[in-house]
Amino acid sequence: MNTLTTAQSEGPSAFREAVPLEFREATKRYPGSEAAAVDRLSLEVPAGEICVLVGPSGSGKTTAMRMVNRMIDISDGDILVGGRSVRDRDPTELRREIGYVIQQIGLFPHETIRQNVATVPRLLGWDKARTSRRVDELLELVGLSREMAGRYPAQLSGGQRQRVGVARALAADPPVMLMDEPFGAIDPINRERLQTEFLRLQAEIRKTVVFVTHDIDEAIRMGDRIAILQEGGHLAQYSPPAELLMRPANAFVEDFVGADRALKRLALMRVGDVGLDPPGDACGPTVGADQSLRDAFSEMLAHGQQRARVLDADRRAIGVLTLGVIAEALREDRG
Amino acid sequence: MIAVLAQLQIQERADSCVADDGICPGWIAENFDRYVAPFFQHVFLTLVSVAIGFAIAFALALVAHRRRWLVAPVVQVTGILYTLPSVAVFFLLLPITGRGNTTAIIALVAYTLLILFRNVITGLDGVPDEARDAGRGMGFTERQLLWRVELPLALPEIFAGLRIAVTSTVGLAALAFLAGAGGLGDALFDDYSFRSNVLVAGGLCVVLAAALDLAVLGVQRLLTPWAR
Repeated sequence: MNTLTTAQSEGPSAFREAVPLEFREATKRYPGSEAAAVDRLSLEVPAGEICVLVGPSGSGKTTAMRMVNRMIDISDGDILVGGRSVRDRDPTELRREIGYVIQQIGLFPHETIRQNVATVPRLLGWDKARTSRRVDELLELVGLSREMAGRYPAQLSGGQRQRVGVARALAADPPVMLMDEPFGAIDPINRERLQTEFLRLQAEIRKTVVFVTHDIDEAIRMGDRIAILQEGGHLAQYSPPAELLMRPANAFVEDFVGADRALKRLALMRVGDVGLDPPGDACGPTVGADQSLRDAFSEMLAHGQQRARVLDADRRAIGVLTLGVIAEALREDRG
Repeated sequence: MIAVLAQLQIQERADSCVADDGICPGWIAENFDRYVAPFFQHVFLTLVSVAIGFAIAFALALVAHRRRWLVAPVVQVTGILYTLPSVAVFFLLLPITGRGNTTAIIALVAYTLLILFRNVITGLDGVPDEARDAGRGMGFTERQLLWRVELPLALPEIFAGLRIAVTSTVGLAALAFLAGAGGLGDALFDDYSFRSNVLVAGGLCVVLAAALDLAVLGVQRLLTPWAR
């Protein structure tokens, strides 16, 4: 009975180990419609990684996600969670083991934040003390103060509600999380903050996450791997973000990732990681080694300069970034 | 001496007031007792009718909630019951159920069904889809979803129905004396030309309706702290 102290002192070790997830020719056909909504989707998500399903509307990304916890039943093929077929599982039991966050979050308006977060533990019949400890732990994890616990969802801001949604999904420590456009209803500034926050959280809890979005930038930011789906639920490409930007598999992917895909790749690289020119004469703006190449590049353009001085965390000059260096970085990255 | 004289004068004035069928505070104060029994009979008729009506309407609504095709026929049938003149229903029932509470309550129950059924259904329909989806996605069974999410969220609408049902039943129960079930209507029609009588009997109906309405509202507030 040392859950609380363990969780506080050791953090990550308190979380259950994630499991891999596999789509095997998973197909969804609706009666009366000839075309499949999801067409023989096969992909593997390694344990503890974020797989983003991205695509235009009608590409079946949400359908594919909802087949994992059987909110939508599979017509053909299979999905394995931790090696077990979801088709053999009792749907309610399966769902209690899989975290679920949707765009509108779907907090229960008639329950306090504490009660909302305690939803799955209560379904699983946890005792009061254990549930209450768990709720405190989760609210702290997602950065909500204790006084929030007694409030109702209507009394919270959109960003706070979103955090409660994540806490609620994590309550019973599920090995797998499903997130359907979880930041879709949040304004751009807060969205970016929540994305960063979730990535930091994920580094700690290491869940296997299926994340649905229609926004390619969000996909690139959030995904360890990205599955691009096109109309009719066909998988167009499944690869890590850098790979996707470097080698789009077909015209659809190339078009979907956008004409600025070189810039998007720059966003994935850090200034400190590329082969800088040695520090020399002081000229141009200064950029941090921690910044993305994209932001550094933008800084150079903003100053009308072709070079920038790079400073490390202690503000010591460690090199010079030039247009040539950036082009070289992109070329090298291509391998 | 003077005091006794004054007393007599008041008595006289009061008596002439009664003879004129006027509104006489003295008479009312003296005769208030005779309204107590009809008042409680009225309360009884109202509460029992609304309770039975609610039980029936609620059960029908739960059945129709997952079988949408049932909603239209239930609304039609209860709608017909709602439009039947209550006096006619009393007299139609008399040969079957006889004079007394049973006849009155059957008629009063019939009136509450449409309002209560419709409000329970509307309340359940108003539950946000995302709350339902989140509930299912977290592993609620359909029964758990109904009792823990859908019905609590439908409470404001359900209580709105109860308030209308309670107040309109107080009004209709004033005719229950026609079925031999007594109530404030009995007292009222006993001497409807005497304004004091009409004022007290009618006034008690209004007070009862308002009090019950407030009571239902109070219970609603207790049960839906989140809606404040």
